[in-house]
Amino acid sequence: MTTVVLSQPPGPVTGEQTPAVERGTLARLARRRMVQIGVGGLGLFVVLAIAGQLLTVNGIATGSTAASIFNPPSLQHLMGTDELGRDVLTELSAGALVSLIVGIAATAIAVVVGTLVGLLAGFFRGWLEVVLMRFTDAMLTVPSLPLIIVLAAVVGQGLGQIVLVIGLTSWAGMARLIRSEVLSLRERAFVLRARSVGVPPLRIMRVHLLPQILPLVIANTVLISAAAILAEATLSFLGLGVHTRPSWGLMLNNAFKSGAAGRGAFWYVLPPGLCIAILVLSLSFIGHAINEELSPRRQRQ
Amino acid sequence: MTTASRISSRIGQTVLTLFIVVTFNFWLFRLLPGNFTQLLSRAGALDPAAVASLKQSFGLDKSPVEQYVLYIKNLVTFNWGTSYVSHQPVFQMVFQALVNTIVLITVAYILTVIIGVALGVFAGRRAGRLADSVTVTTSLALWSVPTFWLGLVLVFIFSVWFVGLPVSGMTTYAATYSTPFDQVVDIGLHLILPTITLVISSIAQYTLIMRNSLVTVLDEDYVTTARAKGLSSRRVLWRHAVPNALLPTFTLTWLNIGIFLSTTLQVEVVFSWPGLGSLIFQSVNQRDYPVLEVSFLTIAVVVIAANLLNDLLYPLLDPRIARR
Repeated sequence: MTTVVLSQPPGPVTGEQTPAVERGTLARLARRRMVQIGVGGLGLFVVLAIAGQLLTVNGIATGSTAASIFNPPSLQHLMGTDELGRDVLTELSAGALVSLIVGIAATAIAVVVGTLVGLLAGFFRGWLEVVLMRFTDAMLTVPSLPLIIVLAAVVGQGLGQIVLVIGLTSWAGMARLIRSEVLSLRERAFVLRARSVGVPPLRIMRVHLLPQILPLVIANTVLISAAAILAEATLSFLGLGVHTRPSWGLMLNNAFKSGAAGRGAFWYVLPPGLCIAILVLSLSFIGHAINEELSPRRQRQ
Repeated sequence: MTTASRISSRIGQTVLTLFIVVTFNFWLFRLLPGNFTQLLSRAGALDPAAVASLKQSFGLDKSPVEQYVLYIKNLVTFNWGTSYVSHQPVFQMVFQALVNTIVLITVAYILTVIIGVALGVFAGRRAGRLADSVTVTTSLALWSVPTFWLGLVLVFIFSVWFVGLPVSGMTTYAATYSTPFDQVVDIGLHLILPTITLVISSIAQYTLIMRNSLVTVLDEDYVTTARAKGLSSRRVLWRHAVPNALLPTFTLTWLNIGIFLSTTLQVEVVFSWPGLGSLIFQSVNQRDYPVLEVSFLTIAVVVIAANLLNDLLYPLLDPRIARR
């Protein structure tokens, strides 16, 4: 299927810094079907989250009488009611906010830590690299869900704590990736030249290395955020997530504890999981497409 | 790098990782909010003499370094304390749960790898065609579905639409068996739904890796040579391409045991399978810290061992690595 690629002269020999992203990459990305679907899905949930905040101004509870619980969908409750007689659609839209907040904030922490560790380890080498990478390997080995559970059980279940726990357990893969990229970049002519004329290390990292690794960072940011949203939902489902705000994972936790699945309340069990899946899938589509867009550039080098 | 130095450096990393995990565990559970002796006694305020004797029996009156040494000594000698809630020895509880988890994981993992690889071969030899893109997109979609929710949906389907398969536990409640065979059948029936959940939610990675690996291998010169010799395409695929394409999948099966365990924990909770996942879930909700601590450590050790095993076995399968 693939055509034979004739060997080309290796890399730029002039020592010029080639742009990390060719012009028009963004336009090509925007034309990809996967990106269009992904961005559409993301937009949907942002709208849902905003609508949820407007809807819940008057509170979610509609009072629980025996007649009002586990009602199937009707005109009054478009998605039915839950075990306390709350409107599922209102809960669902309110829950979008926690997923998005935790997803974005935890990802930001993971990306900053991962990029920093990878950059420092790859650029300075020596004992710093040994220490950082041994620690990174240990983080990669320990299974993440039990680690997140144990941490959340100990530090508590506020929004800030959950963000920290997920963020600080999601950076190791990123660090490995960035380090190997920096290892090859630091031997390239434009970096060697900057170092030989005495440009300070921090400036080299900021001006020469960071723009080069940025596409890699962006592609992985999207994928980390997908994993972070799944982690938050799982934690909430296990009863270890944010308790003070409605979230999709918490809804499923309530559904599980009240035996909604066994009682056939599909309107309560299906929507939160579908929302999580569609949001995560939207992000993986975008991440997948960015990775594909970047890989031909790497082959050509 | 020689084989000996490679093995010793791998064992070094393993010991280091173990050390980090154990140390982390030690400090984490001592950072717990609240007074340790109060948590232990569950009785609120105790008289000072009782507190002192409790502290002494747990070595809390000693320096942190001495406590740490004592902690490691207790770990190594399987002296893991008793549960705050059931007052059973933690070792017994964790060991029983580990056995139950291994039963579930073994069946599900073998099925996942076999079906995943088969689908990967199916997609890989049709690369670029419709069947391929459908398989890849479906895999991405399955990866995005939260496992615990998939389990809930199966519980819903099999308790509302198709009643008959057990949706909870490992054996029928209060059942008596006339023969051991009956017991095995009962456990087998309880295994079905958790296994289906695990296979569906874990299969994607094996399919994708196997597909990509096969596509790469099919492009290599020796495959072209085999075709040029006039071998049938079936023979080229199964005898020349697939064995080599399996190598990355082999590594994945070991390295992914951690991820697979994480998935299993969720499935256990949904289906009340009495394994490590359920034990962790219970101990978290009951603040039963000794059980939580040891369960976590057990999982970490299993995964670290699997990683080491992969690195030691891989060169035997792929001589190119050993010679490097």
